[in-house]
Amino acid sequence: MRLTCPHCGPRDSREFKYFGDAKTARGDDFASTYLRDNPAGEHAEIWQHISGCRAWLEVVRNVTTHKVISVKEAGQ
Amino acid sequence: MRYSALEVIKQGLTGNKSWRPVWRTPAPKPSYDVVIIGGGGHGLATAYYLAKNHGMRNIAVLEKGYIGGGNVGRNTTIVRADYGQKGNSAFYSHSLKLWNGLSAELNYNVMFSPRGLLELCHSDGQMEAYNRRANTILARGDKAEMLDRNGVTDFAPYIGMNNERFPIKGALLQRSAGTARHDAVAWGYARGADALGVDILQNCEVTGFDIRGGVVHGVETTRGVIKAAKVGICVAGRSTQVASMAGMRLPIESHVLQAFVTEGLKPFINTVINFGVGHFYISQSDKGGLVFGGDLDGYNSYAQRGSLGQVEHVAEAAMSMIPAMGKSRMLRSWGGIMDMSMDGSPIIDSTHIKGLYFNGGWCYGGFKAIPASGSAYAQLLATGAVPDYASAYKLNRFETGHLINEEGTGAVPGLH
Repeated sequence: MRLTCPHCGPRDSREFKYFGDAKTARGDDFASTYLRDNPAGEHAEIWQHISGCRAWLEVVRNVTTHKVISVKEAGQ
Repeated sequence: MRYSALEVIKQGLTGNKSWRPVWRTPAPKPSYDVVIIGGGGHGLATAYYLAKNHGMRNIAVLEKGYIGGGNVGRNTTIVRADYGQKGNSAFYSHSLKLWNGLSAELNYNVMFSPRGLLELCHSDGQMEAYNRRANTILARGDKAEMLDRNGVTDFAPYIGMNNERFPIKGALLQRSAGTARHDAVAWGYARGADALGVDILQNCEVTGFDIRGGVVHGVETTRGVIKAAKVGICVAGRSTQVASMAGMRLPIESHVLQAFVTEGLKPFINTVINFGVGHFYISQSDKGGLVFGGDLDGYNSYAQRGSLGQVEHVAEAAMSMIPAMGKSRMLRSWGGIMDMSMDGSPIIDSTHIKGLYFNGGWCYGGFKAIPASGSAYAQLLATGAVPDYASAYKLNRFETGHLINEEGTGAVPGLH
């Protein structure tokens, strides 16, 4: 699987670290901590390009096909 | 037909003409006392124990695909009881006891082979932690022993002892752990349940629930509406989707875990070895293939296949632990979908909907749990209460704070 970093271009997924569902990434209540939609389809998620530019990214990916639909900087 | 050596001889002398399919393919009845969603190991075991231990007969197991086609056929067949946390410890201990008598119980050879489990330790601190773990296991009446470096070499001489990064200090050995034949477990429970009158309905996908006034009345399926007083969800890998049809949002993320097998080799690996710091474990199947795997790929996935990065990582770990493996050729790799719970431990509980029960969140430990999970879930479905050994697996423990976090990694499913 490859992710196209907005700064560095297409890179192997091993350069990135996964931080889970983007919807619950910032919350600190019970639901954000423990409950997940966990869809079998498109999933918005947070990754960090830890072996590259270290940017925090929001990736939309189809988790059933591993097709990456979009990558942008998180919070934009 | 009861299987025995005499039966094999009798059939052999008469041209093997009388063997029959071991379970029926009935049409769905309009209603059942209990419907179990999911014909995997856990679902079939639940149906079997419902019939066997609780005398129920009007039971259906609904399977979207075919028996043995899900995670029960995609795992690496390891059976162990080396858990330290209260709750897990009693449960897996009970499961291991059931494994020991399972072939006789089912009159079906599940090929349970207690060939031992070796968990390698690489530092003084880890030796201390595993000493404590071994004492916990001993204190509850199971078996465990600690080996020093020489003990590891004597027990498994093919392990590379010159690992610079992770020198081997010793290991925890549980001789009563081992492997089993995964397909046979599914087929054996299916045959046993069918013989007791359970209807196994394959190619029957649940598409909705009939829930009125907070009470479940049945399910809608691709083969029509089926009424039931009690419905048990038991669908490893699709728990979120099935539970969401009942309006539930679960503490579960689904991740992919890969496994690998080499070409068949002569007997070489005599035990199950867990090389935890290298993210690697291995055993050898009775057919001769080296069966091994590593950690999760690390991101949500329902793909049943993983990325090449993890293939490379696992191969590197294999080479650093057993250098001789480099001469073998990898035959196949595959992925299974793990419903990872938020504390790494499973759920067996009733839900807020009357008559609807939930069993899931087995992470990558579901196979060894099959007998205990089935008997506990059967008791829950029959009586409304789980037995003591499974009483910690509550659905609301994430709210009440009674987490069972074996790895101590927090609410990050990808790290359990």
